[in-house]
Amino acid sequence: MGVLTNNLTLFRDGFATTLQLFLYSAVLSLLLGTFLAMLRVSPVPVFRAIGTTYVTVVRNSPLTLVFGFFVFAYPYLEIIKFDFFTSAIVALTLYTSAFICEVVRSGINTVPVGQAEASRALGLTFPQMLGSVVLPQALRSVVPPLVSTLIALLKNTTIAAGFSVSEAGAIRDSLSEQGANMLLGLTWIAFGFVVLVIPLTLLQRVLEKRWSVAR
Amino acid sequence: MRVRTLAALLLAGGLALTACGKEGTPGDTGGSTAAFEVAKDVKIEGSPTFDKIKARGALVVGVKEDQPFLGYKDPTTGQYSGFDIEIAKLVAAKLGYPADKIQFRTIQSAAREQALINGDVDYYVGTYTINAARKEKVSFAGPYLVAGQDLLVKKADSAITSKDTLKGKKVCSVTGSTPIKRIKDEKLTEPENIVEFQGYSQCVTKLLDGEVDAVTTDDAILKGYAAQEPEKLKVVGKLFSTEPYGIGLAKDDKVLRDKVNDTLQAALDDGTWLKIYDSTLGKSGAKSEKPALERY
Repeated sequence: MGVLTNNLTLFRDGFATTLQLFLYSAVLSLLLGTFLAMLRVSPVPVFRAIGTTYVTVVRNSPLTLVFGFFVFAYPYLEIIKFDFFTSAIVALTLYTSAFICEVVRSGINTVPVGQAEASRALGLTFPQMLGSVVLPQALRSVVPPLVSTLIALLKNTTIAAGFSVSEAGAIRDSLSEQGANMLLGLTWIAFGFVVLVIPLTLLQRVLEKRWSVAR
Repeated sequence: MRVRTLAALLLAGGLALTACGKEGTPGDTGGSTAAFEVAKDVKIEGSPTFDKIKARGALVVGVKEDQPFLGYKDPTTGQYSGFDIEIAKLVAAKLGYPADKIQFRTIQSAAREQALINGDVDYYVGTYTINAARKEKVSFAGPYLVAGQDLLVKKADSAITSKDTLKGKKVCSVTGSTPIKRIKDEKLTEPENIVEFQGYSQCVTKLLDGEVDAVTTDDAILKGYAAQEPEKLKVVGKLFSTEPYGIGLAKDDKVLRDKVNDTLQAALDDGTWLKIYDSTLGKSGAKSEKPALERY
């Protein structure tokens, strides 16, 4: 208990930053991921190629490399200056959206082709068809893997500790410098993550119940 | 298939980009002295660590690898060099093991206590500050060098002259380290100007790029970097802490600790210590100050 109470601000600030990183990148990667999935199922070959290339490249790169690129290499390109927190959000978003894209796409594949054909027969455009017929059904069927990807994102935020964002992953460094009991310290950090993951799991359960598709 | 080739090319390009951060490698980053005289038939009774060394027939020494002139691993040859490395070799020689019987192992700061507790390394020489909290988990021989917190800035920078001139400046150090904590606690600069990386070399890269204004840690470490880039970097030279560096040993191995302390005392008395200093850290032009051992 002492490790936690003596370092309350350290833990509080760390997990607050983790939560911020997570919320920003979760929202952004859900948006970008869904957009990429739309590209991958679009009737235009160039769009499909862009989507596929993105997923292949980003999904195959280690997250640390993506972080390293944005913190150490990207500044040399002199496009837009990011501070370290923004860089972390960009890296996490780009990385996670590749996974979200595949999850959403697999959801789209569960919607019977007949529905798309019927939409087209009714005169809906491609965006209309996706937006009001296919995606609503697709997202419902992929709630569990979607939440798993978000949980992975939450834990991936700890990599930012190595790139000048002092979030929960950086608590360990401070504790060890103080010579605190590492076993207890790491247990508390793990506990903190469990506390953060539980709401996500509950959210998954609620959404699954409310959105279940009768087929 | 074509898409995959493209992806592979892009990834290779990305790797090349991340690798081109630093131009050229500095030629001299370590320096070394002639081999130390190896003691023969060393007998140490009642030291579990020494018994283990004898059974293994070799030493495992924990060091740092990214501190030029202190503990530095040449990326091309894989050779370690620097002041800490020489001290480690000296201690090994007096335990009866020549330099080629030492396996150096890089241990990051955060993992030092655990490495000593687990027995992964026999002893640790790597800018390891002696303090009371650490003494509860490991024991220390020495100090073999007394350093203090200082600032590394660009040579042309005349605005940063001491710790009190850091307001509004970006200050970089290693994540969670004592120096950066001191900057935070004493509010020497604003929280958004604190930059933390896993290693000092990343901070120095950012300093050379002009993305941070100062790198802070112990002067011994900073002097090594300043000696690497003497035209571009300088050490401010106003210490604001005292950091006695010790050799980390397993806790309660008093026999080995006494032996290492005897070795250090002898080296301080007969000029070996000074020779080691002059051939490594001394190259930065900084004067040496002999430490006084704290036996316990």
